[in-house]
Amino acid sequence: MNMLEVTNLSISFGGLKAVNEFNLTIKKGQLYGLIGPNGAGKTTVFNLLTGVYKADTGTIVLDGQDLVKLSTIEINKAGIARTFQNIRLFKELTVIDNVKVGLHNGTPYSTFDGIFRLPKYFKAEKEITEKAMELLKVMGLEAEANFTAANLPYGKQRKLEIARALATSPKLLLLDEPAAGMNPNETAELMNTIRFVRDNFDMTILLIEHDMKLVSGICEEVTVLNFGTELTHGITADVLNDERVIKAYLGD
Amino acid sequence: MSFLNHLINGFSLGSVYAIIALGYTMVYGIAKMLNFAHGDVIMVGAFAVFISMTSMGASALLSLIIAMAVCTALGVLIEKVAYRPLRNASSSLAVLITAIGVSYLLQNLALLIFGADSKSFTSIVNLKAVKLFDGQVSISGTAIVTITACIVIMVGLTLFVNKTKAGQAMKAVSEDKGAAQLMGINVNATISLTFAIGSALAAVAGALMCSAYPNLTPYSGTMPGIKAFVAAVFGGIGSIPGAMIGGLLIGIIENIGKAYISSQMADAIVFAILVVVLLIKPTGILGKNIQEKV
Amino acid sequence: MKKLSKSTKNSLINYGMVIALYVVIMIIQLCGGLSNSMKGFLVPVCIYVIMAVSLNLVVGILGELSLGHAGFMCIGAYSGAIFSKLTEDTITVAPIRFTIAIIIGAVFAALFGALIGIPVLRLKGDYLAIVTLAFGEIIKNLVNVINFGVDSNGLHFSLKSAMDMGLAEDGKIIIKGAQGISGTPQDSNFTVGIILVLITLFVVQNLVNSRDGRAIMAIRDNRIAAESVGINITKYKLMVFTISAALAGAAGVLYSHNFSTLTSAGDKFNYNASIMILVYVVLGGIGNIRGSVIAAVILYILPEKLRFLSDYRMLVYAVVLIVVMLFNWSPKAKEFKEMVSYKIKGMFAKKEETQA
Repeated sequence: MNMLEVTNLSISFGGLKAVNEFNLTIKKGQLYGLIGPNGAGKTTVFNLLTGVYKADTGTIVLDGQDLVKLSTIEINKAGIARTFQNIRLFKELTVIDNVKVGLHNGTPYSTFDGIFRLPKYFKAEKEITEKAMELLKVMGLEAEANFTAANLPYGKQRKLEIARALATSPKLLLLDEPAAGMNPNETAELMNTIRFVRDNFDMTILLIEHDMKLVSGICEEVTVLNFGTELTHGITADVLNDERVIKAYLGD
Repeated sequence: MSFLNHLINGFSLGSVYAIIALGYTMVYGIAKMLNFAHGDVIMVGAFAVFISMTSMGASALLSLIIAMAVCTALGVLIEKVAYRPLRNASSSLAVLITAIGVSYLLQNLALLIFGADSKSFTSIVNLKAVKLFDGQVSISGTAIVTITACIVIMVGLTLFVNKTKAGQAMKAVSEDKGAAQLMGINVNATISLTFAIGSALAAVAGALMCSAYPNLTPYSGTMPGIKAFVAAVFGGIGSIPGAMIGGLLIGIIENIGKAYISSQMADAIVFAILVVVLLIKPTGILGKNIQEKV
Repeated sequence: MKKLSKSTKNSLINYGMVIALYVVIMIIQLCGGLSNSMKGFLVPVCIYVIMAVSLNLVVGILGELSLGHAGFMCIGAYSGAIFSKLTEDTITVAPIRFTIAIIIGAVFAALFGALIGIPVLRLKGDYLAIVTLAFGEIIKNLVNVINFGVDSNGLHFSLKSAMDMGLAEDGKIIIKGAQGISGTPQDSNFTVGIILVLITLFVVQNLVNSRDGRAIMAIRDNRIAAESVGINITKYKLMVFTISAALAGAAGVLYSHNFSTLTSAGDKFNYNASIMILVYVVLGGIGNIRGSVIAAVILYILPEKLRFLSDYRMLVYAVVLIVVMLFNWSPKAKEFKEMVSYKIKGMFAKKEETQA
């Protein structure tokens, strides 16, 4: 069964085709990689999938639901959550509150309940605190729960972004360069975490990454993007040995 | 015929707004900040002309030059001391609140030095009014000079930005500070230059404004400053011709509104225009659309 | 005993602080130790505490700058006073009339807050600030020219003069243009003021420490990330503007019922007043509710008590405003502070080592 089907997706900025006739099919539960040289349009694809940009043409179908006309918020509710290449945390909030913001739409009480501290408020707050702590444990952040997010080291900030995205209970998780800035040990640990998330949360994951060790280590399939168009796609090991791909990375 | 008179006065007032708006628009375009104190620099400029002319007996032209020098120095100083340290602050509120602080500082310093009572300003223009249609329509000498000055400044500034190296540097900094720096442009110097030009223009605007409306107080700059910002937004912030168009339109609307709707409501009308413009076309008449990078 | 969360503890301390202040003042008053001039400060202090706390909700929690906060106070003041004037003869029990007046003032201010919120939702930063300033000035201007009266035929309005309304013989002028409203019942007192302060703290603190508060602060810290986790930016911006305006409106009612005459002249409702409140918020600490309360009390009373300072008051505020902003927000100052705190910590750590 397919979790995501993207067909003929295109967008241009001022005459430049940033993404051109892009197609992508991801099966449920798959770990999928989107790779390509800098400026190939990978993050633009993420922005199109999450509604930050509106596509000029093409369709995006998530688990049978058409997403093209939906806003960023509606797309999140439909089941896509993401992390950002340039980390975007709620810096002044605590680590656990960052996750609780992710749980926002799963927190069942109204503004009125909140202001007047009705029983619903206490019950729901207790529940989401537990949920948030669980997610932090998965990411190995439980010890830092009450730190201010801005004070976390870089690698942990990236993990907190994943925890926050998971908190929205998505069907599809988009990770934009999750290993950027990590050392080899941290990357190895992150690979385990990503696998754990996929297996234990029933997650489908699409990730952008430059670290080929990570891509070949955990992605089952990859698509290579170059100059906004697909160069090739298929089983990771085959694609990474494709001459065209090597050429695209190294140049002529 | 009285309509024509109001229109001409509107043009004249609008020219003053346009000159002030140029200062806002250039600073906004390059430093990406609303320089709240710009209106008070106008006031300082007007006081500098006033003191030079009445206490020191300088000629009108010399007084204007002195005022421009004073304001230029002031503008550069403000930028260096109060705004530059906050250029990379995490919150854009920080520099805005600081600018409000600077505005208050200038106002209250002027209040301590010159007192709250209004000074009667001697016009820097010594030109006879032109009378048309058997004297039914009259264009004051100040209006003629103001409108001319506005056109000259507009053309001069456009040429400066497009034809000189410093002007090109300004354009580059306003597009992308980091990239400009990598290209070897001195970003700090460019921003200082922008403040210098904007503040010198504020001195001109202050002198012309007080020549037309000769009551000068420490608060004289506040409202014209805010209205000129409205004009800059109206025309499209960052655009030099936009500031000119916006300024003229605001001046005309204010004068016509004063004459035909209600003199007390003129300010409210100007502000209502701002709200409507931002609702319909937030980028203004000639503004560009900027999208935040994700 | 149940362990209280840090935020609950903070809220309780704030209530306690306000109540303690009330008790102390009441005791001094009973002993006759309160001068007349001090008595005159009691209600205004409550008003400016409410104004500062409600503005902090916009500036500190939502992270947007509103320069029209006094405009909402103006709407509350006028709508509350109009209600009291209209019902003076029908509702004779003052506390009931005043309670309704406060609610009406808050509701009208909230309506305007929502009205202003709608256009400003699309804006942020400087643009939003200038639009709120514009709205504040429009409100002040409008109020200045409105004539409003009532007679047996109903309500009458005019933007020209009180005569133009064509009131019948039995008519009563409520607002007389720039002369405003006179003869408003003086229902305000310190106790009502303190109750409103407590309500304000209750609403703001509980909002901040809830799902909605987290969402609002998330928008402040990173709008794009907030959207990506499904937070409705529009809804929350509007919510903050409305709640903040309602509280300012209530403060306005307190204001208009503290004196018998109400006009929009002077610095009460204009941009300068809004800036003054902003100064309280900034000096108390942006986002710090307790700071707003303390700053409003001290900064309101201090210059009134120290008359010789009043000439320099605004000058000092301006300088302090700039210095505080530079010290708290410039990246260099932040580094410096971190370095100092690191060194201090290091000193203590060494001491502990030697002791051990």
